[in-house]
Amino acid sequence: MRISLHIWRQSKKSTKANFKQDGKMVRYQLDHVSPDMSFLEMLDVLNEQLTKKGEEPVAFDHDCREGVCGSCGVMIDGEAHGPESGTTTCQLHMRSFRDGAEIWVEPWRAAAFPVVKDLVVDRSAFDRVVQSGAFISVNTGAPQDANAIPVPKADADRAFDAATCIGCGACVAACKNASAMLFVGAKVSHFLHLPQGRVEREQRARHLVAAMDQEGFGNCTNQNECEAACPKEIPVRVIAEMNREFVRAKVRQEPVSSKRVGGDG
Amino acid sequence: MTWLTDFWRSSIGGKVTMAVTGVLLFGFVVAHLLGNLLLLAGPDAINSYAKWLHDKGPLLWVARIGLIAIFLLHIVTAIRLSRANKVARPVAYAKEATMQASMASRSMLWSGLSLLVFVVYHLLHFTFGVTNAEHFAKKAAPSTAAWNGHDVHAMVVASFQVPVIAIAYAAFQLVLFLHLLHGLQSFAQTLGVHHARYTPMIKKLSVLLAAAIAGGNVLLALSVLLGLVKGAA
Ligand code: HEM
Ligand code: SF4
Ligand code: FES
Repeated sequence: MRISLHIWRQSKKSTKANFKQDGKMVRYQLDHVSPDMSFLEMLDVLNEQLTKKGEEPVAFDHDCREGVCGSCGVMIDGEAHGPESGTTTCQLHMRSFRDGAEIWVEPWRAAAFPVVKDLVVDRSAFDRVVQSGAFISVNTGAPQDANAIPVPKADADRAFDAATCIGCGACVAACKNASAMLFVGAKVSHFLHLPQGRVEREQRARHLVAAMDQEGFGNCTNQNECEAACPKEIPVRVIAEMNREFVRAKVRQEPVSSKRVGGDG
Repeated sequence: MTWLTDFWRSSIGGKVTMAVTGVLLFGFVVAHLLGNLLLLAGPDAINSYAKWLHDKGPLLWVARIGLIAIFLLHIVTAIRLSRANKVARPVAYAKEATMQASMASRSMLWSGLSLLVFVVYHLLHFTFGVTNAEHFAKKAAPSTAAWNGHDVHAMVVASFQVPVIAIAYAAFQLVLFLHLLHGLQSFAQTLGVHHARYTPMIKKLSVLLAAAIAGGNVLLALSVLLGLVKGAA
């Protein structure tokens, strides 16, 4: 296959001041692309050619190349992880494109995800959100018998749906508002349906939403672009659950009083 | 108070504010249409309805001020959220694609701002009698129940007999339809109602309700224009 690529090239990390002028789209052509190559293998071929010519190879994130680590996301023709639904960029194959295609490849675009170089973005905003409360803070000790705490099948399924999130950031990239609510909703939902997670549900909802807002993600307008883009097909149901949890947690929040020691804000 | 402002400033608090004020405005739009359908029942019906409303005196003012506050809160929050969303995506994609976002959902700020323009005109037209003072000035026969002798029926009929006005009002209902189409289903999701069985029903219901409201308003304007509702001879 012959493929033309328009790839965002940027040498310096974006900052708030220079977000816009830091790079440009550059056109490349590959004449012998196999339809069995993955999208990343196709970029590898391009990079070999660029290296041979003494040019800077295109920087892109990747690790597992089997759809589980969440590092490889790029925008392909305006679609996060490209045209196949439920598929990460590393699992996308060139047979999904026609011979002679012009393909536009861009990094995730969000103020909260500054571009580091070319197609690589800094997603540590997600890590900070997770650190704010997407965990269970008591030590649960050694694994106990799997059936000691019964969890209804429906609840286990809901929690598992959310737990499949690989933190790739496609939801933010695809959202017209660069909102992270599918990702954060997945964290809320993941713990909400399990007895161990329910203990800290209120502070978790408050802390996760506060951290999400702090990072400068946008606000969901229920357009569901995230759901269509998510390689793990996480449903927008998790956003409704997060909304409900946040309102519940806010309503039940006690005022900070001098009598009460501690308090979780 | 800081609890409330903190809530409003948060992303989800802002969304909830949009949903609650939005659905209250929807409630108003429903009541407004139901009241105005009395136009079809003749001059006495709608004129005595207008009188009944005005006779409420202070209560009417409480309702008006409440409505204005809700409207302003809806708009101010819409602008705050929309600006934050622009800031969150500082660089647009060179190649844009939309996977499943509806046209209605993507034009909410524009349909909303157009509604604002329309509401201002509508108030100048029928509430303050600025744009068509001659229609506003129509007087009802002294024997009939009418507020200050003001003939609402004659005013509305005279206005909608003017083709530009009737067609503009009718055409504008498309904007209201689009805003409510996304707004109503969005409302449920924002307030945390999402269910495999009910969410598809809510979406269908949104289409139905939005169409009923817009259609009802169109019916009023067109039934006058087409001569189905006539003024007193
Ligand atoms: C007749 C007047 C209006 C009615 C009945 C109405 C109704 C609604 C409803 C029901 C919602 C859904 C809330 C949600 O997202 O959960 C909404 C959202 C919204 N409205 Fe209005 N609205 C009106 C006027 C306006 C005006 C004047 C503006 C001007 C800025 C506006 C801008 C918006 C925006 C930006 C949203 C959020 C959309 C989204 O989340 O996608 N609306 N409105
Ligand atoms: S919710 Fe889906 S799109 Fe968003 S980070 Fe998780 S896996 Fe990626
Ligand atoms: S490289 Fe790990 S998910 Fe694609």
